[in-house]
Amino acid sequence: MTPADESLGGTVNELFRRMLFLPEQASTVARDVDFLHYLIITTTMVMATLIFGTAAYFLIRFRRRSETEVTRKVEGTLGWEVLFVGLPLTTFLVWFFMGYHDFIRMQTPPPDAMDVYVVGKQWMWKFTYPEGPNAIGVLRVPVGKPVRLLLTSRDVIHSFYVPAFRIKQDALPGAYTQTWFEVTKPGSYRVMCTEYCGLKHSEMWAEVVALSPEDYEAWMQEQRRGLVARRDATPSAPEREAPQKPARQAARYDAQEPQGELMYGERGTLAERGERVAAERGCLKCHTVDGTAHIGPTWLDLYGRRERLTTGETVVADEAYLTESMMKPQVRIVAGFEPVMPTYLGVLEAAEVAALVEYIKTLRGARLETIRSEGPVYEPVGGK
Amino acid sequence: MNPSAESSQPAVTYLNHETTVGSWLLTRDHKRIGVMFLVLVILALLLGGIFAMVLRIELLTPGPTIISAMTYNRMFTLHGVTMVWLFMIPAIPSAFGNFVLPIMLGAKDVAFPRLNLASVYIYVAGAALTLFGMLWSGADTGWTFYTPYSTTSPTAVTPILLGVFVIGFSTIITGLNFITTVHTLRAPGMHWSRIPLFVWALYGTSIIQVVATPVLGMVLLLVFFERVMGVGIFDPARGGDPVLFQHMFWFYSHPAVYIMVLPAMGVITEVVCAFSRKNIFGYKMIAASTFGIAFVGFFSWGHHMFVSGQSTFGSGFFGVLSMLVAIFTAIKIFNWVATMYGGSIELKVPLLYVLGFIFLLMFGGMTGVAVATTSLDVHWHDTYFIVAHFHYIMVGAVLMAFLAALHYWWPKMFGRVYPERWSFLAASTIIFGFIVTFLPQFLLGNLGMPRRYYQYPAELQWLNVLSTAGASLLAFGFSLIAVYLLWSLRYGAESTPNPWGSKGYEWHSGSPPAPHNFTEAPRFEREVHDYTVPEAPRVY
Repeated sequence: MTPADESLGGTVNELFRRMLFLPEQASTVARDVDFLHYLIITTTMVMATLIFGTAAYFLIRFRRRSETEVTRKVEGTLGWEVLFVGLPLTTFLVWFFMGYHDFIRMQTPPPDAMDVYVVGKQWMWKFTYPEGPNAIGVLRVPVGKPVRLLLTSRDVIHSFYVPAFRIKQDALPGAYTQTWFEVTKPGSYRVMCTEYCGLKHSEMWAEVVALSPEDYEAWMQEQRRGLVARRDATPSAPEREAPQKPARQAARYDAQEPQGELMYGERGTLAERGERVAAERGCLKCHTVDGTAHIGPTWLDLYGRRERLTTGETVVADEAYLTESMMKPQVRIVAGFEPVMPTYLGVLEAAEVAALVEYIKTLRGARLETIRSEGPVYEPVGGK
Repeated sequence: MNPSAESSQPAVTYLNHETTVGSWLLTRDHKRIGVMFLVLVILALLLGGIFAMVLRIELLTPGPTIISAMTYNRMFTLHGVTMVWLFMIPAIPSAFGNFVLPIMLGAKDVAFPRLNLASVYIYVAGAALTLFGMLWSGADTGWTFYTPYSTTSPTAVTPILLGVFVIGFSTIITGLNFITTVHTLRAPGMHWSRIPLFVWALYGTSIIQVVATPVLGMVLLLVFFERVMGVGIFDPARGGDPVLFQHMFWFYSHPAVYIMVLPAMGVITEVVCAFSRKNIFGYKMIAASTFGIAFVGFFSWGHHMFVSGQSTFGSGFFGVLSMLVAIFTAIKIFNWVATMYGGSIELKVPLLYVLGFIFLLMFGGMTGVAVATTSLDVHWHDTYFIVAHFHYIMVGAVLMAFLAALHYWWPKMFGRVYPERWSFLAASTIIFGFIVTFLPQFLLGNLGMPRRYYQYPAELQWLNVLSTAGASLLAFGFSLIAVYLLWSLRYGAESTPNPWGSKGYEWHSGSPPAPHNFTEAPRFEREVHDYTVPEAPRVY
């Protein structure tokens, strides 16, 4: 996985990677994705050269020798037609299934992944951890642990792209999308926005700082103790050693740091904040947390529950559905309830939505408490 | 230069039987309409090309170079809008299709000559609205107008949306006209199995134009309503969905790629046959693959949205269907190459463009297969790899075919011969320049440079400089063509009726053709591009 991989496979991989100008491979999926890349590029270059070589050969071999030349009629037989269709069809389908196999893996976060909430806004990335800390422009993660990102946007569509991880996911306003990665080596990796989002689209950068599990735990402890008021003011040790971004870039993020944002002065875990938000924003006037039905469905055991909708369909109440219910409450109504909830888009900060989702995740009935796992329940996000 | 050719030109042609300005502006002659469209799309190409050069010069350095970020964002939007809707979509069908389709079928004109004239003025009106928007304050949304950015941008998105909406009607009318003409105005002896493959390509294109363009109209109007009245279709705050826009937009804009490419493929088929002096290797396969592409093109729009949050199953579905497009394209490439087998090939400039076309289409198509595998696209989506990919397959293909058609049919349209050496120099410069411009962009995409970036990491500079150098070659090549073609209109030698010895059906008419194409009804006694006999097609 690292440049130190001296095996034959590792050497060939490194040779191809450099020939094709690919970035370093810093996630668990990167090398598999690149392997298919090498295979397809090599095969297509050989095929293209053969076809073009054939054309060039015909051009010379059958050049016009006199102006009055006639040619005999040549038409394709069934055999040629089968070859012309069959050869590309077989090759392309094999590649497709290899690629789709990897794609499914890239779309499916492992069950033991840790969650980080990501909010894109013009023109910065914010990262919020369920344990409480949050950061602008720098996402710290441990090496060797899958990280699931739950992305949303506060304004227009953005796209979260880490070339070294070979991942990319659009962040949509009013909805959550997800992606995941597992970093294989400590370091700093560039994050770029790849969905055009306006004036400073090309400056909407951030970085993923991958720390060893011990360093990560130490950093998280530090955050919890609140020893650093503004977490981005003092970079941790590995970050200082990591390849430096241009000074201009660094200066830009400092300038972008918003002052006086509601969520950023607060203490406590996300779930604790969510509890406060629920009270302040009036959520609890319609939703209960003790299992009794009120104007809206109860939040107790809501997360991961399969809800029947007024349309007769069912939906799993995952992050995407919970967010949708806050942002677009009229779209999918749980059976037995009236469509009376107003939208909270533009009312709730994206970080408040994340806090509410985390709060709802903690609301578990006693009978479930005994069998509750550490991580959240992962159901496939139904997609759009 | 060649006075003996003088006598071969017909005395009365569509160019000289009436010469007033009014006779051009109010003409219902498909040939004059074709020429007017040719002039209009070349002006659009010039405008879009200037935008492109400004972009490339700006990208010479990683930071700001000559324009501000806001100007840059407007510039790439205008480059896309101009090139897609004002140049590439009408380029081949409206200019060359209008000119040669009725002649190939042995008809006097298209089925609805007045509507045909209207399509010119609708295009001009749409282009004027778009230009007005550009001059007012431009738009900074990208040619894709993604919501909610496009519904909230303070720039002049509205007139440009309306301009594109209006141009859509021009496209629809041209499509309707071609479909009706093919069905109703074929000369005696022009059986379905004899229709030239360029006409089949235009027929397939017309179906897409008629079916898909209204969807673009709808979605642009919805964005317009959203901007002006705030109806909320794409606004999550009102229960709308911004991603819905992408589905609707690509439902048109993906097939629109085939509106551009299918006529280009039709041109290539004609030129390969004419300069190889050979019948096409697989007539039915080429015709069938045209309709295959036209059909599958409607079911592959989701491959633009693999990372948009659409379901994993959906991505797989759209990915595998996109592969089919590549297979139909591969069938065509194999057939063109096989057609050269056993031919009598002369490497003239149109054939040189065909070789450029096959080269670019192959690399563009193969990288298209690579992005359709879903997993690879995650890294490449919205990077310069995609920019390079669609410039190779869409722009490269259309430009090569457009220039092949321009050089192949130039004597037919204007009765003049262009200087051969200069045309070879220009063609080589353009093909080489194109590769130098866009090959580095594949590598930039691999390195992870996103598209629509005003500033970029400093280590990517040398590839950007290389790309700009290639773009300068392109600009030089196009200027050269403009100079020698304009020169040849006045000073070029007069052409013989069939300078290439081609057996395409359009050579049944004179060069330039008579006002009503033929002086007597043409008869189609031999199959198209039948080179088993030496005589050139009789001029009727």
